[in-house]
Amino acid sequence: MNINVNIKNIIIDKPLKLDCGQTINNYSLAYETYGSLNENKDNAILIFHALTGDQFVSGINPITKKEGWWSYAVGSGKAIDTDKYFVICANVIGGCMGSFGPSDINPDTNKKYGTTFPVITINDMVNAQFNLLNFFNIEKLFAVMGGSMGGMQTLQFVNNFPDKAKVAIPIACTASHSAQNIAFNELGRQSIMADANWENGDYSNQNKNPNKGLSVARMAAHITYLSKNGLQEKFGRKLQERDDLKFGFDADFQIESYLRYQGSVFVDRFDANSYLYITRAMDYFDLVKEHHGNLSKAFEKTKTKFLIISFTSDWLYPTSENKEIVIALNAIGAEVGFVEIESDKGHDSFLLKVPKFLNTLGDYIKTAYSKN
Amino acid sequence: MKQEFKIISDLIEKNTRVLDVGCGDGILMEYLKYNKEIDIRGIEISKDNVQKCLSKGLTVIEGDAEKDLLQFPDSSFDFVILSQTLQAFLNPEIVIKELLRVGKKAIVTIPNFGFWKVRLHLLIKGTMPITKNLPDEWYNTPNLHMCTIKDFYNFCENRKIKLDKSLALHNEKISSINRLNLNTKNLSAELGIFLIES
Repeated sequence: MNINVNIKNIIIDKPLKLDCGQTINNYSLAYETYGSLNENKDNAILIFHALTGDQFVSGINPITKKEGWWSYAVGSGKAIDTDKYFVICANVIGGCMGSFGPSDINPDTNKKYGTTFPVITINDMVNAQFNLLNFFNIEKLFAVMGGSMGGMQTLQFVNNFPDKAKVAIPIACTASHSAQNIAFNELGRQSIMADANWENGDYSNQNKNPNKGLSVARMAAHITYLSKNGLQEKFGRKLQERDDLKFGFDADFQIESYLRYQGSVFVDRFDANSYLYITRAMDYFDLVKEHHGNLSKAFEKTKTKFLIISFTSDWLYPTSENKEIVIALNAIGAEVGFVEIESDKGHDSFLLKVPKFLNTLGDYIKTAYSKN
Repeated sequence: MKQEFKIISDLIEKNTRVLDVGCGDGILMEYLKYNKEIDIRGIEISKDNVQKCLSKGLTVIEGDAEKDLLQFPDSSFDFVILSQTLQAFLNPEIVIKELLRVGKKAIVTIPNFGFWKVRLHLLIKGTMPITKNLPDEWYNTPNLHMCTIKDFYNFCENRKIKLDKSLALHNEKISSINRLNLNTKNLSAELGIFLIES
């Protein structure tokens, strides 16, 4: 997979001091845009991607040749209408779609960073992406938004830059990564590290790949993105291309085959070390602690208008955690709307065709923009 | 209905912060937003209604007033509105307390169960009253705690809640309620509108 073709990137020469203490400069930030910036430069939407997402939000991803991860929501005539808005999305630092990440070559050693790459945080990701405003000459974004880790970045963005977005839409996320979520991430990381081909993170210098570990990590994570009812309804106990149980360990059940498939296609597009670094960043995310237990302080200085959305069957970032953000905003009289959308598609609901979600999102954005 | 909105709107001062509790699909919020320069928020329990409100650009959160008013600090709104919803709560007493904590003042409107047509319905027909304001059958009504204008008036007096304004509405006509005409208004009005503070 040659990822350099079709990837736009900017080299950021402004040094960035990371939370871990290291400073990076002249680093790459890969991005994609959709639609066009209007004359007033007031129609820009910055979308933050989730753990395994990338900058290719909509249309066909030129690298994977598959639909962009938010194609249901972003595009011509869709909720985030690219005929109307200028949509920007960047690959997070630590990622593997062209932005500065562990699969880059360290100029000091001429070898790929691997686990010598600095540990990054959600705060670092957001600070890196802030440079996009400068690059596109945008004084203030119309909106920032994202689901899951994208929602965390949205919250962090408003915290860091209180007057740089008119509207913020964090979806299916949390202000503080829970023990359960850290646990699932750790499971994924341990699975990667348990693969002998991981070679302490040095695999790519040795032309190896911890595909088995990474695919198991993806399989486990994938279960957490769905709901029990959703799984039951889609798969139940249906058998995979066979009439009866085979009394072995092949994929007898459709759900097994489905998960194996999800794992196997994932390793073609994702770097195992990136998976370690990005899940770590999520685990370290705690906006509540950053403000000494008072989340409201994160938003005290902002006039940004918030819309928080959660989903009934999302048990990974449940409504209760999304509501904590609503409560913190209401405590300081910030402008916040909140709705929990009925869906049996679990955490993945924000990525899927959930009409009530897409309609509410679209209408909200439309009215918010018309009041510009 | 429109008349009720107009009265509520007249009770609210300009440039104030207002919370509409049980805002439904946002029809009152929209009316107030376009007729008054105010910062208005809503809280609503029905998902469908919240989605409608958000789609219209209204700042509404999904929540249950009996639990979720807690998140608002004391006196964080100048006015809190409860329009024809009090009777639907499990515990109206706690809701009133919360309204008066969150709001400096509260506007409460109640469909009057003491209205003569309601009384007559029960007296003559012997079945639970169904009127324009109370359209549901006994088995499917959301109204758990119906009360009369007199009940609410007494409730406020007993709890030393200040009744800044008590208005009766009948056939689009507004009149003031006081101790002396309470029994008459309780018979003649379909709707009571109260501006209260603690």
